[in-house]
Amino acid sequence: MLSTQAIPQSWGRYPRVKPARVVPIYWRDHLPDLQALPGPLLAYGYGRSYGDSCLNENGTVLAASHLRRFLAFDEEQGLLRCEAGVSLAEILDLIVPRGWFLPVSPGTKFVSVGGAIANDIHGKNHHKAGTFGCHVTRFELLRSNGERLICSPTENRELFEATIGGLGLTGLILWAEFRLKRIHNPYIDMERIRYDSLEEFMELCAESDEQYEYTVAWVDCLASGSKLGRGIFMRGNHNQSPEYAHKPLPRKLPLAVPVDLPSFTLNTLTLKIFNTLYDHSQLQKRVFKVVPYEPFFYPLDSIHDWNRMYGPRGFFQYQCVVPYDQGYDVMKEILQRISRSGQGSFLTVLKKFGDVRSPGLLSFPRPGLTLALDFANQGPKTLRLFDELDALVRESGGALYPAKDARMHGEDFKRFFPRWQEFMRYVDPKFSSSFWRRMALVPAREESATVEV
Amino acid sequence: MALQKVVIVGATSAIAWEAAKCMAAQGAELFLVGRNPEKLETVAADLQVRGAQRVETFVLDVNDVARHQEMLDTAVATFGWLDGLLIAHGTLGDQRKCELSVEETLREFQTNALSVIALLTLAANYFEQRERGCIAVLSSVAGDRGRPSNYVYGAAKGAVSLFLQGLRARLARHGVAVVTIKPGLVDTPMTAHLRKGLLFSSARRVGRGVYRAMQQGRPVVYLPGYWRLVMLIIRLIPERVFQRLSL
Ligand SMILES: Cc1cc2nc3c(=O)[nH]c(=O)nc-3n(C[C@H](O)[C@H](O)[C@H](O)COP(=O)(O)OP(=O)(O)OC[C@H]3O[C@@H](n4cnc5c(N)ncnc54)[C@H](O)[C@@H]3O)c2cc1C
Ligand SMILES: NC(=O)c1ccc[n+]([C@@H]2O[C@H](COP(=O)([O-])OP(=O)(O)OC[C@H]3O[C@@H](n4cnc5c(N)ncnc54)[C@H](OP(=O)(O)O)[C@@H]3O)[C@@H](O)[C@H]2O)c1
Repeated sequence: MLSTQAIPQSWGRYPRVKPARVVPIYWRDHLPDLQALPGPLLAYGYGRSYGDSCLNENGTVLAASHLRRFLAFDEEQGLLRCEAGVSLAEILDLIVPRGWFLPVSPGTKFVSVGGAIANDIHGKNHHKAGTFGCHVTRFELLRSNGERLICSPTENRELFEATIGGLGLTGLILWAEFRLKRIHNPYIDMERIRYDSLEEFMELCAESDEQYEYTVAWVDCLASGSKLGRGIFMRGNHNQSPEYAHKPLPRKLPLAVPVDLPSFTLNTLTLKIFNTLYDHSQLQKRVFKVVPYEPFFYPLDSIHDWNRMYGPRGFFQYQCVVPYDQGYDVMKEILQRISRSGQGSFLTVLKKFGDVRSPGLLSFPRPGLTLALDFANQGPKTLRLFDELDALVRESGGALYPAKDARMHGEDFKRFFPRWQEFMRYVDPKFSSSFWRRMALVPAREESATVEV
Repeated sequence: MALQKVVIVGATSAIAWEAAKCMAAQGAELFLVGRNPEKLETVAADLQVRGAQRVETFVLDVNDVARHQEMLDTAVATFGWLDGLLIAHGTLGDQRKCELSVEETLREFQTNALSVIALLTLAANYFEQRERGCIAVLSSVAGDRGRPSNYVYGAAKGAVSLFLQGLRARLARHGVAVVTIKPGLVDTPMTAHLRKGLLFSSARRVGRGVYRAMQQGRPVVYLPGYWRLVMLIIRLIPERVFQRLSL
């Protein structure tokens, strides 16, 4: 079973590296002998991570997306157990008609449960619900020595906490169980509000955090001066009226991008969408609408493979968080630098994280403002800008998101994730990723002994 | 056609699972037959969650032909009656090994042709007297023309296709649909060792096609549909030319 699967890539299609082999994992009861496989090992879900945290150059990739079965669904309690390769899309198809929803949704539904745990993903409801890991009740972890461990807040707790946000380095997750959220119907009461400055964004957050489950803003990162940070603020709650309970959802055929396109087309597209919305709300500052959940949560999913629009050189995403106390000023500075550089993709997402704590040791979200945007790969020029931004993030005591990263520096990783030494004790000795090797972390002497778990 | 009570032989096959998911979503009752108890339980639990009204499992190595009748009887006794039978098991043996071993060749034939023909013989009589229902079998495009790279497998599938053709004519008079399914190249554990090119389809796409073909009681379906044209062309190539092609 050597390299016969399609070559795993990351969403940013940068860096372009190849594993030595891909081993598909089909059955939980017929697992390959990990000890016999050449290392390093790394699980791979759907490659929706942007950088190299899901890549394993010259190593063995364990393709987990074939573990796609449900184990149990308690419809009374809203507790779902499924194999780690099940995608959030498939879960939604099952649970939404039965009145349940994901506790946390990222910006795409094409991610696996394993990936959701490994990156401890967050969504528009972070200020209310925290990360995905906050809702995980237990999972089973396969270690390279063949051990299969049930991990939960009460059983193998350390491994539970290390695996949530553990970047796939603690072993292969076979299945997981997590809590769902009750809904009345598949619709969202959405409000779109045009705002003209970063100040106004902060006010809208303060005003909305309490009463709205979901909040996020699209920022025009080309705007500068007094318009800096202008954008569209979106907030929403699950619709509760019975009249929407039986309204059929529209079924749209997804568009696909079959070939690599020059990168300007994506910018043109997002620019158009934004301008339409912005101009539209020029007439009307606030627009209220009841919308199906899919376009609200996953606006880009209707264009399959949109990452190909950045062309063969691939692209970066830069996602940082800066803590509240200095958040406003630092974010302003970051936006100014990006706007001045003229390099940022037009579409930028800004969101305020809340203070719900995740059990994950290396979890990225923390109280503060988070900004995420794409950058076409323009070589050294782009990397220089990132270094500048890193300095601002570092000084503010913030962090970068490994799931979106292809270039952060190991020294920064240590600052961003102060519990890294503790984490290293739980890393499976045979697991590693291109990202992890790039970080090249060396724990202090006294900490270096690996603890048997 | 209602597919409410269905027996699936080779239920742990990736293609069969995708078809079974469609049935489960409609609240069907499923009788899953396979040789591996753990895999069967995994699939059964999944289909239960997906909405199947009832899922039963039966452990059987299809080459244990003596137990075929017992399996069918159990299914009928469990569900009262059957609306459909899907036969999905198969092995893509090593062609070279077969060439070097009579035993290996006969084993491939046993699994891919004889066990299927044995099952069909019994099932045909059940559905004939019931005067309704649907029998579907996963044959293959490989059965349409013998090729050096897999003619043992292909010949077994070809035998099944021909058997089904005759059976279809026999049972049509009794209101029973017999569906021959010919998938092209599908990305499943069976083809895990092959390099995936553009000609490969997902098990999901093919499995859904299987379900639709059973619902509609179609005679012969190629999945995806373009394989009908591909195989038409391949069958039309003169033997002399065909020998020189490396297929
Ligand atoms: C359009 C878009 C929008 C996004 N929006 C958000 C967002 O709003 N919030 C957010 O947090 N993220 C977001 N992401 C990032 C994405 O949610 C994460 O990168 C996620 O982890 C991807 O899951 P995957 O299944 O594709 O895993 P991969 O990218 O294939 O792998 C990610 C990590 O998970 C590990 N892994 C995968 N399966 C297993 C397993 N079975 N056992 C152990 N480890 C495993 C891998 O080793 C790797 O370290 C977005 C990505 C895209 C493309
Ligand atoms: N994949 C393709 O490209 C392709 C193309 C054309 C036709 N087909 C046909 O489609 C069908 C399904 O195959 P698939 O692609 O879904 O592959 P698969 O997932 O490997 O399924 C094959 C199944 O057959 C079962 N099986 C094999 N020998 C058996 C035996 N003696 N007793 C009981 N069960 C047995 C296997 O059981 P275990 O799990 O216990 O091994 C397995 O579940 C097969 O008939 C195949 O020939 C496939």
